[in-house]
Amino acid sequence: MAGLELLSDQGYRLDGRKATELRKLQARMGVFTQADGSAYLEQGNTKALAVVYGPHEMRGSRSRTLHDRAVINCQYSMATFSTAERKRRPHGDRKSTEMSLHLKQTFEAAVMTQLYPRSQIDIYVKVRVGLTLHLVRGIIAEIDFFVIVHKHVSIVFQQILQSDGGNYSVCVNAATLAVIDAGIPMRDYVCACTVGFVDETPLADLCYAEENGGVSSLALALLPRGGQIALLQMDARLHQDHLETLIEAAMTACKGVSKVLDEVVRQHLQEASVLTGE
Amino acid sequence: MLKSKTFVKKTRSGGVMKVVREHYLRDDIWCGSEVCTECKQESTVLQKDACMESSLCSYPHYLVPDTNVVLHQVVKSDIKFLQTIEYDTFIEREPGESANDRNDRAIRVAVKWYSQHLKTFESDTDGLKVVLLTNDQGNKQKAQDNGLLVYKCEEYVKSLIANPELVDRLALSSDDKNEITSSKVLFPEHLPLSRIQTGIKSSSFLQGTFRASRDNYLEATVFVQGEGEDSTEVLIQGLQNLNRAVHQDVVAVQLLPRSEWVAPSSVVLQDEGTAKDDEDAEEEEGKVTAVEAARKPTGKVVGIIKRNWRPFCGMLNVSQIKESTRHLFTPADRRIPRIRIETRQASTLSGQRIMVAIDGWPKDSRYPNGHFVRSLGGAGEKDTEEEVLLLEHDVPHQAFSQAVLSFLPKMPWAITPEDMMKREDLRPLTVCSVDPPGCTDIDDALHCRELENGNLEVGVHIADVSHFIRPGNALDKEAANRGTTVYLCGKRIDMVPELLSSNLCSLRSNVDRLAFSCIWEINHKAEILKTRFTKSVINSKASLTYAEAQMRIDDTNKNDDITKSLRGLNKLAKILKRQRIEKGALTLSSLEVRFHMDSETHDPIDLQTKELMETNSMVEEFMLLANISVAQKIYDEFSECALLRKHPAPPPSNYDILIKAAKSKVKIHTDSAKALADSLDAAKVDGFPYFNTLLRILATRCMMQAVYFCSGMDSDFHHYGLASPIYTHFTSPIRRYADIIVHRLLAVAIGADTTYPDLMDKHKQSALCNNLNYRHKMSQYAQRASVAFHTQLFFKSRGILNEEGFVLFVRKNAIIVLIPKFGLEGTVFFDSKDKVSPNIVFEEEGPTLSVEQHKFHIFDKVKVTISLDDSNIQHQKIRMALIEPVIPGVSVPAPDTERPAKKQKLDH
Repeated sequence: MAGLELLSDQGYRLDGRKATELRKLQARMGVFTQADGSAYLEQGNTKALAVVYGPHEMRGSRSRTLHDRAVINCQYSMATFSTAERKRRPHGDRKSTEMSLHLKQTFEAAVMTQLYPRSQIDIYVKVRVGLTLHLVRGIIAEIDFFVIVHKHVSIVFQQILQSDGGNYSVCVNAATLAVIDAGIPMRDYVCACTVGFVDETPLADLCYAEENGGVSSLALALLPRGGQIALLQMDARLHQDHLETLIEAAMTACKGVSKVLDEVVRQHLQEASVLTGE
Repeated sequence: MLKSKTFVKKTRSGGVMKVVREHYLRDDIWCGSEVCTECKQESTVLQKDACMESSLCSYPHYLVPDTNVVLHQVVKSDIKFLQTIEYDTFIEREPGESANDRNDRAIRVAVKWYSQHLKTFESDTDGLKVVLLTNDQGNKQKAQDNGLLVYKCEEYVKSLIANPELVDRLALSSDDKNEITSSKVLFPEHLPLSRIQTGIKSSSFLQGTFRASRDNYLEATVFVQGEGEDSTEVLIQGLQNLNRAVHQDVVAVQLLPRSEWVAPSSVVLQDEGTAKDDEDAEEEEGKVTAVEAARKPTGKVVGIIKRNWRPFCGMLNVSQIKESTRHLFTPADRRIPRIRIETRQASTLSGQRIMVAIDGWPKDSRYPNGHFVRSLGGAGEKDTEEEVLLLEHDVPHQAFSQAVLSFLPKMPWAITPEDMMKREDLRPLTVCSVDPPGCTDIDDALHCRELENGNLEVGVHIADVSHFIRPGNALDKEAANRGTTVYLCGKRIDMVPELLSSNLCSLRSNVDRLAFSCIWEINHKAEILKTRFTKSVINSKASLTYAEAQMRIDDTNKNDDITKSLRGLNKLAKILKRQRIEKGALTLSSLEVRFHMDSETHDPIDLQTKELMETNSMVEEFMLLANISVAQKIYDEFSECALLRKHPAPPPSNYDILIKAAKSKVKIHTDSAKALADSLDAAKVDGFPYFNTLLRILATRCMMQAVYFCSGMDSDFHHYGLASPIYTHFTSPIRRYADIIVHRLLAVAIGADTTYPDLMDKHKQSALCNNLNYRHKMSQYAQRASVAFHTQLFFKSRGILNEEGFVLFVRKNAIIVLIPKFGLEGTVFFDSKDKVSPNIVFEEEGPTLSVEQHKFHIFDKVKVTISLDDSNIQHQKIRMALIEPVIPGVSVPAPDTERPAKKQKLDH
């Protein structure tokens, strides 16, 4: 294997985690007032902001309207400063189109769209990789940035602000919180996690160095309560005998994520109810 | 606690980027000490009373060795290493601090943490302390300033009361190297790695593996692997040019100008110098002015890329100076230079086989410096010599570890109903096995019966080892590493634990055993009509030896099922063999000898060449058939990852010696395997019945090695010797790992087992093949060495013998003689140091050697006297001297060879 030893003999990973341990996960809901729902989520160094508008009437071409359920419209973008190299990422490049599509599929499976026929829900996610700012300050700085951008472009953001691996799963987790914040009913939390396979051991929640270290990785979005898989994506080679263990590990990791998300939601509700004086 | 690591990196395009990485500091790495109650340890590796009596530290203590200590020493195993990604011991790199310094400091902090941590349990530790071992002066100083207990490694080891011999094992550290050697610089400096790399890139240097010559210590070749297939050899001559390279090192060489190229000398030269000869080392060899054609690319070693040192077996040459602690060590392998070691136990170690590791080779020293590792026992003793033999051939021969044994089936073992579900019940069949006498690992059995339609059903049943050895567990890994069972004279080094090899897998008679069966329907012309493979259960009706089976076939009175089955097999085998030979399969010959061992002392008491009977070839024929059928099947099923065996056709030049030798008597065609086989069959000389066998022995030496390979990595599958387009090994899974893999592949192919990732990975398979090929080669060498050693033992008890033999090869100063009676080969030298050498003329065309008036050809009949030369205890050898033809001044008079009385007694 080239270069880095991803899993030491003692069972520790590059950043000191054990194989099954997730990165530190922090989140806040309702960070963005104009939107119907919003959330900011940090999973290790990967940071994402998700914003939800809707459900509202169909905009743009009316021909896309579905008569029995709502249309989910997702858009994913990465901040120019989100990776170590500053690179301009034009809108609608392949990677983000693909990611948007995946997100759309995931949320079509989770959101109870049949409750809102003939309408549309917009989910915007933006990922950023930047320097570590403190949670709140980071958001403020980011929001300023969005506002500026927003004036020019009509639709932006479910945004990865900083990316250190696991972009898809971080987006899903952030978007879940945003959808909940918007009060749109879902079947369950959608929790996602990436897992990789090194030395016959599944590693949960890969960071960027691991993703690029020649690991075959798999992303899985799960509805944890029923154990249904909303999306499973993998584009590396893996022996089929290992798939089972890998999915197993991904599901456990997703359940871990769901616990954290649940806590965030509960805490947010408590804060909100205190504010509204109930 | 979370910390982020930030660092700046330059990208390939020249930009600068900033990388931020998370670093989780853990608080759950336990100290691992038995006395600690605070840490929630899962396993305690540090015992409470880890104690070595030391005069420096009279209290119990843990050692923390600095990495520079560990790397250079083979110290005893009571040193525990510690991991420090821990919360308390994490330190930030200070600005301006080098990586090395940071590591040193990390160790100091770790030690400090440990000592404080242990102090909290003062009551039950008995004053347990932590001691840091380092060789770095600066580190030691700083540690003392911090109030830590610190010693230099040498001080510490010297202070150990219980084990004074440990001092010998200390590697010579760089500080005290200077005093050993004279100030004279003997070798040119090695180039630094960076310059070597640029040199290799610009192809002014070549990179290759250094192979010292076995016969001449001043000569070596460097094997340079070129692009693709082609590879070259660079000759290196002279001490200066060899420049401290040791056999198997990876080195960089620079080619000398063409005018300085030389031919390899065919002179045998051994380093006879003693410890004092640092000065008179310049034994310049008279450069042989060779014909232009014989000159080879010649070069010199400019640097070492990778040392490949291992502990070497050998013996100590005790220094003549009394009280000297420095001695020279002579390795058993002649390609390894002698090593200077320091020991105080010279008197006890002399006469023993010992192991020594090399520490370094300074440029002002004639010999490398090393240190004593362990003693193997008295030289010449059977056990010691066997150990040396195994070590030198890198044969893993330790007892199986507990982890490996834990994967064995629990006894009493029985076939379960689940096993039966998936298997065909072939127990009613009359199956029997035919093996050499005394064989306990029976891996094949046969049956043959007539079907209702008049055809014959023949089955080959192979022990189902893959049922017991599951992929990936410790047992499997151990077997894969060992690769093969090694058969020495009177000893067997098993590939799998004995419970499997001699019991559960062995297809013994009258017990139910699991098997993998290959069953054909064959008509009476030996044409295969149907082939099928199945996992089965068999119950062998008889375990026969070759001789017993032969007797049954020949005895016309016997008409039981087993005998009938054997006759059927024998009849088919003859037809199969004829078909095979018609296709061009070679029948080669090599003499194999068998020792009759004394049952108590295990000393050889008699020696005979193995006899081949019809039944040998009967079993062989069906094994070949099974192997070929299986090879075809697994290749059809897995074209990318089938493990096959090939035997490449030798390059035509290999046959030169054979053609030349036979020229005077018969003509040998070597255009194809078929032509060779035919001309070998036709080669008969009246009144010289042994001629044909000799030719075949010679032909065997011309062949290439057969090798395992992975079908996805190669395109040439042909097996030259067997004249088969495809071949593999399926029939001996108890003693060859390749067969286990083939079993697994076949099991998957017929749906009897599931696959696993490594089986389908052609790169991993290919790596496995390399190991198997290496182990096979080494086991063959070990086998030969063992035979040679036992031959020596045999001749030791026999005294001097006179025997007839044939000249097998002619060399410049010697002839190599084969004694058919013992299958023994020996060299008769015509020039010796103490005598005036006779007039010798060597002719390349022929090749012939004229000694005085007599001219030796290959295949000449000679008479020699055989005795054991034990003047060099490390390399005892059989000495042969010429009796007939009588050449004045060369041949020796035939000595009386009274057989010792002892022999008469034992030889019943």
